[in-house]
Amino acid sequence: MKLKLITRNLSPYAYIAPALAVFAVFLFFPFFKTIYLSLFKTNKMGQAKLFVGAGNYSELLSSPSFFNSLFVTAVFVLIVVSVSMLLGLITAVLCNQSFPGIRIFSTAYALPMAIASSSAAMIFKIMLHPSIGIVNKILGLHINWISEPRYALVCVALLTAWLNSGINFLYFSAGLSNIDETLYERASVDGANSFQKFFRLTLPGLSPILFYTLVVNIIQAFQSFGQVKILTMGGPGESTNLIVYSIYRDAFFNYRFGSAAAQSVILFIIIMVLTLCMFRLEKKGVHY
Amino acid sequence: MESVISRAVKDISREELENLKREALKKALFRRRATKLALTGMNLLMALFLLLPLLYAVSIALMPSSELFTMSMNLIPTTPTLDNFRQAMVKIPLTRFIVNSFVVAGCITAGQIISCSLAAFSFSFLDFKGKNLLFMLVMATMMIPGEATIISNYLTVSGLHWLDSYKVLIIPYLTSAMGIFLFRQFYKSFPISLYESARIDGCTNLRFIYSILIPLTKSAIGAMAVYTFINAWNMYMWPLLVTGSDKMRTVQIGLGMLDSVDSQSISMMIAGVVMIIVPSISVFILGQKQLIRGMFSGAVKG
Repeated sequence: MKLKLITRNLSPYAYIAPALAVFAVFLFFPFFKTIYLSLFKTNKMGQAKLFVGAGNYSELLSSPSFFNSLFVTAVFVLIVVSVSMLLGLITAVLCNQSFPGIRIFSTAYALPMAIASSSAAMIFKIMLHPSIGIVNKILGLHINWISEPRYALVCVALLTAWLNSGINFLYFSAGLSNIDETLYERASVDGANSFQKFFRLTLPGLSPILFYTLVVNIIQAFQSFGQVKILTMGGPGESTNLIVYSIYRDAFFNYRFGSAAAQSVILFIIIMVLTLCMFRLEKKGVHY
Repeated sequence: MESVISRAVKDISREELENLKREALKKALFRRRATKLALTGMNLLMALFLLLPLLYAVSIALMPSSELFTMSMNLIPTTPTLDNFRQAMVKIPLTRFIVNSFVVAGCITAGQIISCSLAAFSFSFLDFKGKNLLFMLVMATMMIPGEATIISNYLTVSGLHWLDSYKVLIIPYLTSAMGIFLFRQFYKSFPISLYESARIDGCTNLRFIYSILIPLTKSAIGAMAVYTFINAWNMYMWPLLVTGSDKMRTVQIGLGMLDSVDSQSISMMIAGVVMIIVPSISVFILGQKQLIRGMFSGAVKG
């Protein structure tokens, strides 16, 4: 009888156990271990050897390379988020009214979300090829897009924006379908033109989902890796050395696990602060 | 007092009025048709623009190498050939990569559905100490980006001598906070009395999940399956770090490695890319409806 009671009391935990075990071993433990490692100098095997306290952090904060990588990441995120949200918005508005073939078009617009960053990067590499690439042929230019510091970051950012535009299309479509149709009819009767309708009805109506999409987009953009690895390897120079790529390079090429761990902690803090700020702002700013 | 309209109506005869009406209707119809046509045209342009990279990849994959290496415009292959695909199958262990990716993505998908639905069941139907705290803990994991833990994870699995195996690709991804959240959101729509009456009838917890919850949440499971499979298939950073031999490489890593090979193999590489995009795109197209329904039912509502 007692045994039965115990199993009864424990069974709720048993159902959570598999999920919690994976989280514990591959998320919580490594999370704290990363913080721990960031306070040490490590050997090549990644074992903590010498306690340096905030040494890794102060080294990072005085290194121009790290600031460059933060700056590059900020520019990258800005381009990716604005372009991919714009693409998502345009496609969602285009697909909002019914017309023949709408199902095919909406599938086409959402499709980029099914494509891997590495596959897309390989395709873009050929498209941006200086002599045989289609981009130069269409534009009639002879630019080596990927080895020119000025263009490389923009190219990687546009590729990422394209990849992320698919899911934005879905978010915005869902947002548009929540707007009451009759509002538009009433506006038409009152003589509103399509621009007024877009800025006065569509955008405010989208504001709740707009905000959610913005947060998701920023977090996603910060985590881009595959496209950088394949398209530019962080170069030319360090012009596309995004923070995640910089972590990868420090840890697995330079074997500076301590410094890489410190960068990971900084990345985590940036993402957390951004997320919290935006939820704060949302409570104040967006009314619906 | 007479209104302007009624005075005007008096002035024109009935026939003329009919004519006016017919013309106005015609105009409206024409206008509606024109808008529809313009809309279709704009969509066609936009879709073409957004799909250009994919269409171009397919086109290159069908081109013989000689056609690719010209300075002239070459959007469409003049002598299409399947040779690149054949070469990709023979020269790269592509079959092996594809099998690996299917095993890994399949196991991750199945594992996430099982572990997430079990956890969500416990969080929504059972009562226990620390429930809210544990749920907050699970939700907090969404804040930690995978890239921030990847170094320690790598050190852990290499310490366990797990590198270059299926388990290292699968086990770290066997659960997800988003999945637990999604399933819990669905389960919350069922009354607790459903569970209580099943219990009174002598239904065990596992049986309740198996024969009541799962059939009722098929759309959530479908959405979860599509989303997880695509993400697992497209995974890049983790497999790059933990696989070292062709035996264990997944499609994304295996093809990414080709990148450095001589330029002659470009068309072969793109043929390979097209082949590995097909599975994720087909899963997406087949499961699109499920995915959208699952994503937006409760989870992300404005």
